[in-house]
Amino acid sequence: MKKKELPQDESALIGVTREVCYVKDEDGKYTTDLSTGWNVKKEALDNAWDDIKDRIEAARKAVADGTQSPIGYFMEMKLMDLKLLADYTGFWQFTIKRHMKPSVFRSLSEKQLERYAKAFDIPAADIKNFKG
Amino acid sequence: MGKEYKHLQTAHCENGVATGLLRYHGLEFMTEPLVFGMGSGLFYIHLPFIKISGGPGISYRTLPGWIFKRASKSLGVDITRKKFGNEAEAQRFLDNKIAEGVPVGCQVGVFNLPYFPPEYRFHFNAHNIIVYGKQGDQYLVSDPTLEKVTTLSEADMNKVRFAKGPLAPKGQIYYPERVQPVSAETIRKSIAKGIKRNSSDMINIPGPFAGVSGINYTARQILKWQEKFRPRKAGLYLGQIVRMQEEIGTGGGGFRFLYAAFLEEAAAILNNDRLATISEDFTKAGDLWRQSAVQMGRIYKGRTNSDRKEFEISAILLHEIAAIEKKAFTELNKMKL
Repeated sequence: MKKKELPQDESALIGVTREVCYVKDEDGKYTTDLSTGWNVKKEALDNAWDDIKDRIEAARKAVADGTQSPIGYFMEMKLMDLKLLADYTGFWQFTIKRHMKPSVFRSLSEKQLERYAKAFDIPAADIKNFKG
Repeated sequence: MGKEYKHLQTAHCENGVATGLLRYHGLEFMTEPLVFGMGSGLFYIHLPFIKISGGPGISYRTLPGWIFKRASKSLGVDITRKKFGNEAEAQRFLDNKIAEGVPVGCQVGVFNLPYFPPEYRFHFNAHNIIVYGKQGDQYLVSDPTLEKVTTLSEADMNKVRFAKGPLAPKGQIYYPERVQPVSAETIRKSIAKGIKRNSSDMINIPGPFAGVSGINYTARQILKWQEKFRPRKAGLYLGQIVRMQEEIGTGGGGFRFLYAAFLEEAAAILNNDRLATISEDFTKAGDLWRQSAVQMGRIYKGRTNSDRKEFEISAILLHEIAAIEKKAFTELNKMKL
């Protein structure tokens, strides 16, 4: 890639930083230059986020409909999967799956909720009172 | 010790921490391309059964930590590494090191890094930063992917050092010790060794998923995604390839431009014109990787685009890249350096 061809598109990096890219200068020698972003990858990142937002919305709806507990919602919200949430809480994956049932969720102890609160980095009350 | 650490921005975090720390300890000839090349950083792997963020597990570089490990080993530099069982112990160790005036590398998770744009904050745990001081409860941080230095509070530092999940940092801290001057001969040998190991990794690794065969594997997979998946999912998978290739501090073209820059430096140091010519091959490969990203972008931008032909163009591009890299690495592998 030639230095003058380095894209300078708008991206999420704007206002935070620019990234180093390796490009060829006019003499054909390698040098580095800074880029604000590239549309091609911005669209890939935007698509990934659209997908995440859809999953969060589906999980929110499931709480509102009473088919799933807030644990599932906050898991999506914090971009986690069962395995990662298990790592953070110390619960087994199948235990977390059980906690995702609204009936089981209602019977969680304060201590159990606190483990989720720590994993999600939010107050336990926010989890308990989330209605979707 | 006691001299101030000088911030260095690089394309990739691990290269940056390695280059920055080695330079701090007197190896001022070190550059990001040299670390990357000596550490045999270029790679390709498509892990068939592992999903990253629900998409294909693809990497354009060698395993996290290996570049620094290999480069420092061949230069004869000892790196001390420590992991910790709890935050308090990890913080105490870090604070002591900084109080001694020693800048250190820390492995961190990206999800809770407050200075990163939210769009980039995934649960990715193999990020590397340099901590070079502390003022009050704020650590002074040189993140090699940023233009300027930044800070992290004690609470945030503990969070990112103890992020959980794949490649969990477990508070890992590392720093070179007892660094001796490096001779010109050692530099030449390290370069030669880096090239030999890298070419061997890319062409001799068994199985269809890694090295240049891995690129061909991805090319075949792309066509299967078009058959198997809804257009949106196929688009997300292609997007993931592009992000791994262009996003995570690769310097563009999935580290290929960085490797070409290394071969250009190597050609000058080893006084070997052949290496300069092969550097051009990697520039060509990098340009084609960029072209491949544009092609994939055409597909996922449309989202509903399920035109078989567009996927076929993508696959052909990848086969072409694999052929170029195979030829270049085969030649590197045979060269007397």
